[in-house]
Amino acid sequence: MQTYYHSVTLNKNKCMGCTNCIKKCPTEAIRVRDGKANIIAERCIDCGECIRICPYHAKIAVTDPLSSINKYKYKIALPAPTLYGQFKNLTSIDKVLIGLKTLGFDHVFEVARGADFVTEFTKRQLKESLSPKPMISSACPAIVRLVQVRFPELINNLTDVESPMEIAAQIAKKEFSEKHDVDKSQIGVFFITPCAAKMTSIRNPIGTEKSNVEGAISILDIYGPLSMAMSKISSSDPIPSLQKSSLKGVAWANSGGEGNALGLDNYLAVDGIDNVIRVLEEIENDKLSDLDYFEGLACVGGCVGGPLVFENNFVAQNRLKKLISKMDAGKPLSPEDVDRAVDTYNWRWDREIIPKPVMKLDDNILSAIKKMEELERIYSQLPGLDCGSCGAPSCRTLAEDIVRGQATEFDCIIKLRKKVKMLAQEMIELSDYIPTGNERNSTLEKEREKDEDKRFSTEDTP
Amino acid sequence: MTQENSGDLVMTHVYKIEAGNFTIAGEAASNIKKLLRQLGIDANIIRRASIAAYEAEMNMVIHSVGGHLEIEITGGEIVLKAYDNGPGIEDVELAMEEGYSTATDSTRELGFGAGMGLPNIKRCSDQFHIQSEMGQGTYLEAKFVL
Repeated sequence: MQTYYHSVTLNKNKCMGCTNCIKKCPTEAIRVRDGKANIIAERCIDCGECIRICPYHAKIAVTDPLSSINKYKYKIALPAPTLYGQFKNLTSIDKVLIGLKTLGFDHVFEVARGADFVTEFTKRQLKESLSPKPMISSACPAIVRLVQVRFPELINNLTDVESPMEIAAQIAKKEFSEKHDVDKSQIGVFFITPCAAKMTSIRNPIGTEKSNVEGAISILDIYGPLSMAMSKISSSDPIPSLQKSSLKGVAWANSGGEGNALGLDNYLAVDGIDNVIRVLEEIENDKLSDLDYFEGLACVGGCVGGPLVFENNFVAQNRLKKLISKMDAGKPLSPEDVDRAVDTYNWRWDREIIPKPVMKLDDNILSAIKKMEELERIYSQLPGLDCGSCGAPSCRTLAEDIVRGQATEFDCIIKLRKKVKMLAQEMIELSDYIPTGNERNSTLEKEREKDEDKRFSTEDTP
Repeated sequence: MTQENSGDLVMTHVYKIEAGNFTIAGEAASNIKKLLRQLGIDANIIRRASIAAYEAEMNMVIHSVGGHLEIEITGGEIVLKAYDNGPGIEDVELAMEEGYSTATDSTRELGFGAGMGLPNIKRCSDQFHIQSEMGQGTYLEAKFVL
């Protein structure tokens, strides 16, 4: 029995049992039961759509508090490039990095720098890999899990290159432990995350046994303390140059940044999970086999649109674009750098992605066929309103749940109403037959009397 | 519709395909894919069967006057059947050649008519059969072994 860890969870006290989240979930992983939302763990991909839509803020992403870094003697921050887009009038990335250090981190390693490495690794894969086209980027953890749950046929299209966060963590840990001669176990690496799915990848990795990252702090949590720390940096102070990422690495925060960094002409970048699903369906139908690379990001705008960011995604996207336009190209990685990294780090997944057939009705195909027929029969009798009042996102899903034994047809309020009305009618009709004892004014009795009177009167008349 | 057939359970779903209606084109194939997924069919077979279903559906939307797409599932195989009411294929052998297409320019502008439909269906299936008669219609059958 596998247990699942998810960052996305429910705050039961705040949940009103409305239908917003069940309707928005791309994997139909939420049901409202007994007035509260319920996340089906094996279906959830931690995309965070429900966090965004919930009007009562009952859906939350569990991340680590800033204080958790104190569990480690040495602390390293891994800022996602999205973090740079959160601040107004930011002229230098160094300011953010110094701000992080004043919050208690001993070292800062940019995930954008990790992205520079991943770009090079992926270029090699594009040249050498025999996997089917288009290759699908595995940078977005929610999309990787979406493929696993909803598009298992496309698992072989996924690149098996580790994420920029994992690469950054490996490099940061190795360099720090060598430079300061400390044991790796004393180092805590923390990702500054815009995204719940990343938190899940740290606790419950996919494609690898164990993450190299110790925890994740949400951008929302760190935004306040970090802006304070940054405001204390006086403009007259000389700012040391800490930034090592290239502008292409920083651009990974925006949709299309990865494809652009790869220098590909024939790639497609799509953001927003519903849009990604539509394109994955095209790929599944073999309509895009002439495409080299597909970059799909679950959030609108890319990582800048993550559920745990402070700034509006369009504003942040624009800020990053401006920031990038002012940056120097930065020193590109030399082929030797890349060769060395390839030999030193675990840059590829070492575990296969196993399809999660959560839609399957039964392990045995014949039983599944029987259940399918039953499902169709039940579905044909449901009203087809997809109102969500039963707690399932659509009538079809309710029919599925009934077949699986997790719901009954009277969870449907329309069916229930009809049944109650029918029963009420029947009760009224039946009530006429209730014997009334000594009461003489019942309708039945009166009628009987009337009948008797009539009989007598007819007998009387000659 | 389920029937016990010589001890084997058979499930049949029939989808009506409208000629020239691009708004709903692809829906039957998409439903077939969902159906196969719920039945727990192997991912690779789903992929091949749904590509074949999609191509067969598009063929009927583009070339025929309308028809039906049928999927039959037993414990041992999936049979995809497509039958339309015309106009029929003049030279079946030629139609099976990659790149050969009779699609009109307006259809090509929509990105269809690359002449890969029938060859693709054949490539995806384990057993393929097609027969056509001018003025009568076309019958296509693709089998997938489970």
